[in-house]
Formats: sequence, structure tokens, C-alpha cells
Amino acid sequence: MSKFIMIHPDKCTGCKNCVIACSFEKEHQFRPAAARIHVYSWERECVSVPMMCQQCSDAPCASVCPTGAMHRVTGSSLIAYDATKCIRCRMCVQACPFGNAVYDSVTDSILKCDTCNDNPSCVAACPVNAIEYVEENIATRSRKKAFAEKFKDAFKEVA
Amino acid sequence: MFGWTGVTLRVNLTTGEVKKEPTNMHDAKLFIGARGLASKLLTDEIDPKIDALSPENKLIFAPGPLTGTFAPSVGRFDVVCKAPLTGCIAASSSGGTFGAEMKYAGYDLIIFEGAAKNPVYVWINDDKVEIHDASSLWGKDVPETTDAIRAVTDEDAKVACIGPAGEKKVLFAAIMNEMGRAAGRSGVGAVMGSKNLKAIAVVGTKPIQVADPDAFEKATMVARKKISEHPVGGTGLRTYGTDVLVNILNSVGSLPTRNFHDGYYPNADKFGGETLTAKYVSRPRGCFSCIISCGRATKVTNPKYAGEGEGPEYESAWGFGSDCDIDNMDAIIKANYICNDLGLDTITMAATIACAMDLFDNGFITTKDTGGMAVSFGDAETMVKLVEMTGNREGFGDQLAEGSYRLAAKYGHPEYSMSVKKQEMPAYDPRGIQGIGLQFSTNNRGGCHVRGYTISPEVLGVPFKVDQHATEGKPELVVTFQNLTAALDSSGACLFTTFGIGAEELAALMSAVTGVNYSVDDFMKAGDRIWNLERLFDLKSGITTKDDVLPERLYKEPIKTGPSKGEVSHQDKMLPEYYKVRGWDAKGIPTPEKLKDLSLA
Repeated sequence: MSKFIMIHPDKCTGCKNCVIACSFEKEHQFRPAAARIHVYSWERECVSVPMMCQQCSDAPCASVCPTGAMHRVTGSSLIAYDATKCIRCRMCVQACPFGNAVYDSVTDSILKCDTCNDNPSCVAACPVNAIEYVEENIATRSRKKAFAEKFKDAFKEVA
Repeated sequence: MFGWTGVTLRVNLTTGEVKKEPTNMHDAKLFIGARGLASKLLTDEIDPKIDALSPENKLIFAPGPLTGTFAPSVGRFDVVCKAPLTGCIAASSSGGTFGAEMKYAGYDLIIFEGAAKNPVYVWINDDKVEIHDASSLWGKDVPETTDAIRAVTDEDAKVACIGPAGEKKVLFAAIMNEMGRAAGRSGVGAVMGSKNLKAIAVVGTKPIQVADPDAFEKATMVARKKISEHPVGGTGLRTYGTDVLVNILNSVGSLPTRNFHDGYYPNADKFGGETLTAKYVSRPRGCFSCIISCGRATKVTNPKYAGEGEGPEYESAWGFGSDCDIDNMDAIIKANYICNDLGLDTITMAATIACAMDLFDNGFITTKDTGGMAVSFGDAETMVKLVEMTGNREGFGDQLAEGSYRLAAKYGHPEYSMSVKKQEMPAYDPRGIQGIGLQFSTNNRGGCHVRGYTISPEVLGVPFKVDQHATEGKPELVVTFQNLTAALDSSGACLFTTFGIGAEELAALMSAVTGVNYSVDDFMKAGDRIWNLERLFDLKSGITTKDDVLPERLYKEPIKTGPSKGEVSHQDKMLPEYYKVRGWDAKGIPTPEKLKDLSLA
């Protein structure tokens, strides 16, 4: 069993605390461009959605990496990045369907979420639990339960 | 450079010249940033007597040293200029992400000088600064302008712009950023319009450096914890938004009603935060780095007033609500949406409509003056229509666009304007709450609550409870709150952080970010310095002790109903003591000793 980062756009306020926490954790400065998580906002609808690496099982970034710099950590769900093996060919950037692997010219490296050694700063910084780090088997429990509750209420009315 | 970026951007709209100058670090330490530092620059560079809508005025955008960092709820910036509504110094604060983005682009201050011949927008992409024609955008509302600017700059650019109200120089036009956030008060949007500056788009990718990352992280965690655990900062504002105050202020008999003829409204709950939450709110929203999330994403489905957007805040709901004798929440929210779209300050807009209704119902304005419209208290449909007409300066709206003071004066009854220094007072009745009346009357930008929010101790009991009806101790309380707020505003922090933290925590954050050691005393003294600097500007612009007053109604006409029935304001009894506590003479002029002590002379 392993954990992954679950997003809840319905709760997201668009404050970007996750973005600046990530940049501070990784770069010891505030540079959202260097964050491994980004938040996109639609202002007319007042909706915001956080985006970060999904640690895919069959990860395109790892598949295309010619040097093994982007690789699966054995026995874990994490896709890790080894800067010492990386030749900066940016094939991972091209391959990721979500746009979640990014080349940063300031540090000459690939920026990608590594879940901060199992303790993601973004999750700790979120004031409204719009991003959570949870076991895979309970990740969607709250959503299922919310829907189940509607059924429960419907049955109650019928009964 | 830590906290500050060290760079000031100067854009001359007359000549098209763009200059980057080093930020004056001597001033930055003394005046912090945002409101304080920009005000220092303005007072150094313009004559306070100039016409606010002339090219001689300067329009300064300024985030603070904390803006863009991870400290809790510090995403704010100020827009500073001479104000067309009051003639005083204006510093209008806004949230969202615009201020942080300015810092990431590398700027402590952006100064706009002169005036462009034709409409322009300014596109700032890190070091690259360009002035472009905006003729095709003139006339567009705020959301349309924001989308159009992004289409020609960057789809994620942070955009601050004016709507039709700013273009037409409505004296209380706002500058809107990211569609729903406003530098609302005093008419900063009209100054932007007078410069033919339709919009500013910013993209920034640079870092803000921190002097002591470990100390900063520690100070941030302490501040976050204190705000999160506070009943108002941590729970109340996120659950109900600022509109939670409607029922609270009504319960202490201080919810101004019918243009301040009363201080109690029986139907208040119909437009309070509880109703808003139950019927209209989709989700809470937060500005950059905010952990409080008081913003409201709302939706109105009633076809007559349908819409979607942010708001209303408490003061907007009050203004379009009880102050106009209206309890129709659909109409109140719609009026708020129109203000956002056209770029209008909701408080002055609502209070000006209330004043017009008062004048109309007393026969001082007739249908001859309004183009045939009946403008009576309680008429929600007319209220919504008047907002639209004012933003576009159509018909009677052209008269409302001058604000309540000039409207009432035009018809021979300036005493019907519920304003201080020609700016309308917000949603706290000075007859029921003595300290806030003293704050309104002495505030450097006229009637406004966010420069010394004594409602915290006088009503909410934060950080301690004082008697709302007492006058003893209020001058000291007002001075302390005004000084703290001046320093806090200048750091980039949101006023609502005071629901959890104070000068001690803010000074610790400031020291860790900037590497300049701010003690609590240094921080508070900076606030005192900024307050006196603003006062000097106002005095030079022509303000005297005669302007440090409330409308006569508040001294003479007692609250008629509710818990504060029979109360009047005793502001006149507190004012001499206030001057004394400030270190000013009997005419409200800072003494030479005081100015020397503050390094202002």
C-alpha cells in the first residue's frame, strides 16, 4: 500500500500557499516558477485547480528517459529524478501528458514533485485540505461517501 | 536584497520613457513598503495642492516586503496617489495575486507619471516593460478587459485595470485586479483613467530572497497557528465571510440604517452572512498566501438579478442593504457584481444612493432632477439601476458619480452626506460605537474603517473587550490601532491577520524576511511615522481641524430604535485628547518635536 497526493478542487481557495511552500522547501526562496505544484484559477467562475506530478505507474517520463535519471523507486509508487544521471535532454518534459515535469534554466534541472520524502510541504501548507496525502485505498473515500449520503437521504425520504 | 527587490520602476506615460531605479533603502527601512514607502515617494514628488485628475498626479502601485512570501495572509499591495474624492492622500489596498506577481517581476514600486495621449496598457514581463495602444479596449468592462489583455500578453498574466467608471472619472472609481479584487476607495480608478491607463499586465518569474530562512519559517509557523486557532481569523471569516458582521453589528444597535437616520434594522438577517452562506455561496476564496479565506464565490439564480462572481463583503451588503432600506439579497449581490464589472467602490456607491434617496424622500431632489425616476428608500430595482447608470455616467448617474458630498451640496444640503472629508463612512454607527467615530473623523483618507478597526475591541472583544459607549481611553485606543494598521498595511499583511497576531509577530516576520532588525517598538514607530507623513500631506492639501469632524446628524440626531437607542456621538469631546496623544497641537498640527522624533523633520 502507498500514499499519493489527492486534490479537491471544490475546496481550493486559490491562495497558492502550496506553491510558495514548495518553492521555499526546495529552493529556500520564494519563486513560484520553481515550484513543483501549480494552481490555475478561473476568475469568472471563482474556481482553482492544483496540478502536480501524478507518479504514474506506467510513467511516460521514465519510459523516454535515455539515462535512467527519471526512474521508478523499487518497491514504491514514487517516480524519482536523479540529477547526476540527467543529461537535460528534456524528453521527460516532452513526454508528460500533464505538463508536470518542467525544465528550469535557473537551476539547470528538471522540476518534478518528489513528495518531499513522504511528507509533502504543499499538503502541510494547505489551509483548507484541498490537497491531501492519503493511502490509495482511502483516497476517494470522502467522495464516495458524499455521494452515498445522497442515496441515504433519498432512501430516507422514500421510507 | 532580502524581502524588498531593490528596484523601483518609473513609467512616464506622457513621454513613454521607462526607467528602473534603485529603491531608496533608507526610506524603505523607515517606511517599510506598500502604503508607507509609496506615500513617502508621493509626498516627496508631488505638490499636495495639485488637481488629483491632472497629469501632475502620480499613481504608485506598491506591494510590501512580506508580499509574495509564505507568511500567512500577506498578499496585499497598495495604490497610492492624491485622491480625487477627498483631495487627501489615497492609499487603497487590494489582495489577489497582483502584488505578489509584481514582486516576482522584480519591483518594489511602479510609478506611473504624466498622462498618455490615447488609451494605453502597460505589459510588464520581468525586465521587459512595454506601453501599448488600448484604444480598442476603451469602454470594455473589467472582465472583458482582463480577458482581452491576457489574449495579447500572457494567458496567466495578472491584470489590474479600470472599467467604464474609471475611464469616465467617476470620483470613486476602483482599480480592479483579477476581476474580483478591488483597490476600492477614494477614486484611485479615476486617477488611472485620467492618465488614459486602461490596464497593467504583469508576469514575474524571479525569486524573493529571505534573509534568515530558519527564523522566517519559525515566525511563519507561530503566526499561522495563532491565526488558525483564533475564532474569527481561523473559523468565523472562512465560514461566513465578512458579512457575518451584519447580525453582530445589528445586535449592538450600530448597523446604520436609512442613510444613518437609525442604527438598527429589523430585517438585517435577510442580508447577513448566515443567509449568504446558506443560499448563495459556492465556496470560500483566498488571496495570495491567505489562510483565512474570507472571499466569497457566489451565485444568484433569480433571473431578474442573475450573476456569478465574488462578494459581497459586509460593507457592501450593508450599504446596498439597510443604508438604502433594502432587504432583497438578490438585488444587493447584483449591485455588488455591477460595481465589480464597471469598477466602482461599493461603499461610496451605496452610500451615495442612500444619500440621494434621503434627499428625494425629503423633497430636496425631485423627479425633475432625476430625469423622471423616483429615488426612494426601499426601492431595490431603482438602486440596481442607479449603480449601472453611475458607472456609465448616464442620466442622474452622472450626478451620483461625484459622490454624496458634492451631490448633497449641489442641492443645498451637504449635511445629508454621511461622509468625512467627502468620503462616505462605512457600516459602523459612530453613535453606537464611540471609538470608531473618532477613527472616521481623524482618518487621513476620510470616512473609512480599515485604518483603525476599533470594532475589534469595541464590539468583537479582540484582543480585549472595551465598552462600546465609553469615551474614556478611546483616543489612546484609536491612536494605537491607527499606528499598528499603518505599519501592517506597509508590510503587505492583510488587516485580518490581527484576528490572531499583532505587532510582535509581524515584527518577527519583517526581521526574518528583510534582515533589518525590527523590534516591536520600531514597527509601531514606523506606523506612527507613516500616519504623521500622511497627515502632513493632508494639511498641505488644505485640510484643517475643521475637517476632523463627523456629519452633524451624528451629534444631533440620536439613534431611534434598537439596543443603542438614544445614543449620539461624543467625537467632539475626544478629539482634543486625540491630538494630545498624537503629539499634535490644538489645531491638529504635528509639533516640531514630534516630527523630529519620527525622523520626519
